[in-house]
Amino acid sequence: MSDATSSAGRTPSARDAILAAVRRALRRDGALDVSIAAALDARLAAHATHLKPAVGDDLVDRLVRKLEAVHVSVSRVDNAADVVQAVGEHLAAHGLPQRMVVADDPVLAEVDWPRNWAVERRPACRDDRVAVTGVFAAVAEAGTLALVSSGDTPTSLNFLPDDHIAVVGRGQIVRHLEDLWARLRERLPGLPRAVNLVTGPSKTADVEQTMQYGAHGPRRLHVILLEER
Amino acid sequence: MRSAAREFRARAREALGNASLQTALDRAGGGFADKRREAVAELPEFERLRAQAKEIKEHTLAHLDFYLERYESQVVASGGHVHWASTAEEACRIVVDICRNAGASRITKGKSMVGEEVALNEALERAGMEVVETDLGEYIIQLAHEPPSHIIAPAVHKTRSQITELFHEHHRRFGLHGRATDVAAIVDEARTVLRQAFVSADVGITGANFLVAETGSTVLVTNEGNGDLTASLPRVHIVTAGIEKVVPTLEDLSVFLRLLGRSATGQEMSAYTTLFTGPRRAGDSEGPEEYHVLLLDHGRSTMLGNEFHDMLRCIRCGACLNHCPVYGSIGGHAYGWVYPGPMGSVLTPLMVGLGEAVDLPQACTMNGRCGEVCPMSIPLPSLLRRLRMRAFEQNLVGMRSRWGLSAWAFAARRPWLYRTVARSGSWLLRTLGRRRGALRRLPLAGGWTRTRDLPVPEGPTFLTQWQRR
Repeated sequence: MSDATSSAGRTPSARDAILAAVRRALRRDGALDVSIAAALDARLAAHATHLKPAVGDDLVDRLVRKLEAVHVSVSRVDNAADVVQAVGEHLAAHGLPQRMVVADDPVLAEVDWPRNWAVERRPACRDDRVAVTGVFAAVAEAGTLALVSSGDTPTSLNFLPDDHIAVVGRGQIVRHLEDLWARLRERLPGLPRAVNLVTGPSKTADVEQTMQYGAHGPRRLHVILLEER
Repeated sequence: MRSAAREFRARAREALGNASLQTALDRAGGGFADKRREAVAELPEFERLRAQAKEIKEHTLAHLDFYLERYESQVVASGGHVHWASTAEEACRIVVDICRNAGASRITKGKSMVGEEVALNEALERAGMEVVETDLGEYIIQLAHEPPSHIIAPAVHKTRSQITELFHEHHRRFGLHGRATDVAAIVDEARTVLRQAFVSADVGITGANFLVAETGSTVLVTNEGNGDLTASLPRVHIVTAGIEKVVPTLEDLSVFLRLLGRSATGQEMSAYTTLFTGPRRAGDSEGPEEYHVLLLDHGRSTMLGNEFHDMLRCIRCGACLNHCPVYGSIGGHAYGWVYPGPMGSVLTPLMVGLGEAVDLPQACTMNGRCGEVCPMSIPLPSLLRRLRMRAFEQNLVGMRSRWGLSAWAFAARRPWLYRTVARSGSWLLRTLGRRRGALRRLPLAGGWTRTRDLPVPEGPTFLTQWQRR
């Protein structure tokens, strides 16, 4: 990008006019008083939480219950070796081919895919039928999967294929959204380009308020809960 | 979009007589309201969250310049660009320029009320670009060349058979000649057609539900996933957002997310909530190379300093529409502009001018439900009343209303006169309607009696009953 389209240079007059109008409306002459600005900086840095809804003690049970309530199917396996079987069962149940795009996720690194399955590691294309991914975390509160974009975990896997199969390790389950934010700050400071919070498969009620799954994104979302990780 | 709010009365009358609209409104009916009630009942913390959300938003608005500047610097730090627009024209010019510089000819759009506000599609089409709306409801009304009739369900006024015919007419050019009649087939056909638009677009434009100052993130909430495909597949992602959308931190955001889905559709969380922060990173194998955010004022800074300040807390959930008997009877198009229902009856006069939309604040029964269900505790009935007062002060109301109000005010300041008039009026009505308990016609009350009977008063006046207590 040239300087002319850089953020401060683009339309300085509109920027200044809007900020001046905001300050006028707030009955202030110029920028904030230094001490107030310092207090606001401190507020931003504190990450103070507000009221968090009660979630109960059994996070695994809560997560599974909430996932199922939003039309997500769940299977539970003991270790990575069992993931193939769980994936195979989902493919068979929905008549899907043994052909899939897979994220380069640590949780999937130990999976030994059958030789006769076509498994590719790349971003998804428009006609891919099945994607298998890990997750960054799963939030028990409302049954939400958190996935982050990276070279190894492209966002398109979460949206283009008809079926999205996500492997969730037990240790990846957190209680509230706030616990997810804390984990993101700790492990991915500066945030990746996209953080997808996924709560169920794609759906629409735009035709006569009738719920229909598979609007643009996945028609089905299947979670494989891995006990040992 | 040009406002047709001046024609409210005619449009409302037409809507009441439009059979297919009435069918669609009946079908949509109480669905949203029931789902919201169930979702709220399941969250005992709802009322306290509501109070906290108001507090957070008020804190943010009180330091809006600080949080906007912080948001801007964080977007820049993540490799993005921020643009500012005071007016709709400026906003359109900036977005058209970004698209031109990117050499764009095809554009996909996620649903954006700010986009509707500034009439972005028309501006892009005038510049020779092809624009495809990707939210199913928005896509349907784009094909029908209509504005949205609901802020979260833009095609709620369309019946299934109307959609079948629209698709049949417009999808022939894609080689689709059949008629999709059931909901699954309609959604599948849209999926097929729009999939092509997603993968071939040069620029994707989305709105924003929230902007997070701490991280410079745009937060986008959808159920279809169309916003994510719009934002992630093209070379350029442009976000259009009002300046009131900013919240300080991710922790603050959590409170709003817990209220938004429940208030809008009765969902704990919508299917997709995405935080977009900047363009693709080194090492990413996909994602836009350019990321732009357009911040729009368009009357918002004026509201910040006047008696309509509360309206800036609005998170566009649509709960007030879903609980409004007037909206439920006439639908969204009668309101004549982008925002319908109670929130629209406040916003439209403030954004396009009270003189252009003087009937909207009058189209309210003052039943108060909108204010009761608003997750941001916006006192919508009071704001509508203030607009009525403004209209009276600015001489924008008709002579009959002025005289009527003046006569009422004269009597109301003289209790003996008021009581006498009320008592004798009540007696007169009772005597006239003695036989049927109702009147078919009454001078000066034609607006009421043209379509229904006027019930006569039963028993003594309110003041008499009050004195007896």
